[in-house]
Amino acid sequence: MDKNPKITVMRSQLGRARGLGAAKSGFHHWWAQRVTAIALLPLSLYFVASVMILSGADRAAMAGYIGQPWNAVLFLALIGALFYHLALGLQTVIEDYIHGEASKLVSLLAMRAAVALLALASAVSVLKLAL
Amino acid sequence: MHDVRDALMVGRDSKGKLVNRPLSPHLQIYKPQLSSATSIFHRITGVALGLGTILLAVWLVAAASSDHAFALVQSLFASWLGLLILFGFTLALFYHFCNGIRHLAWDAGRGFDLPAMHRSGRIMIAASIVLTIGFWVIGFLVW
Repeated sequence: MDKNPKITVMRSQLGRARGLGAAKSGFHHWWAQRVTAIALLPLSLYFVASVMILSGADRAAMAGYIGQPWNAVLFLALIGALFYHLALGLQTVIEDYIHGEASKLVSLLAMRAAVALLALASAVSVLKLAL
Repeated sequence: MHDVRDALMVGRDSKGKLVNRPLSPHLQIYKPQLSSATSIFHRITGVALGLGTILLAVWLVAAASSDHAFALVQSLFASWLGLLILFGFTLALFYHFCNGIRHLAWDAGRGFDLPAMHRSGRIMIAASIVLTIGFWVIGFLVW
């Protein structure tokens, strides 16, 4: 690295910054990650307890458990917060490690599709068991 | 892109003097520390838990599909390889859970000084191991 840093381009700081955007979406990503993290604190403990209760269960016991309205609600809340939190986290990882604009965009789209499909499959299954 | 690179690598300090911006640590020569190790493991466990959500979806979809499919998935989870994967999943979950609480505390401006950070780091690692072992002990007792 240069001992004496210099800027060779004859453009002002403002001129260079203009158009790059304020980290794309500003505050929203950071805040949504914290909100979902806080929601997941109790929900993940509930999930861990549910998994323990349902270890070795047959399908009738599973349907009976998720068929209780509060369990269905908590599972759906868990699925919403979990997969939203996951998409936000994986987005950060992809943006940190994949540098080409095209490959980054493709990776982000593929990740979003995979997370959305997993979330929908989980939510529809809970609804089918509960309704 | 020379323009953007130039703008990102060089900045001005508070006196207006041009300075090179600090670079990320060079991992090959960077001594691992509790702070950097717990940070990268938060990311690794996060990605691992992301892969683990596939198991969650498979479990729920099988339960919504048929008796046969759910019995098959439950027996796969109860196999020794399945239990090993689930053990790793719970360890990653409790690690990410405990370290996530640290991150939320830092976001609230608490526990940022180095002694507090090292202390909470050691407590967090111990807590995630204790919670994981506790989960499996209770799990095998109620199974």
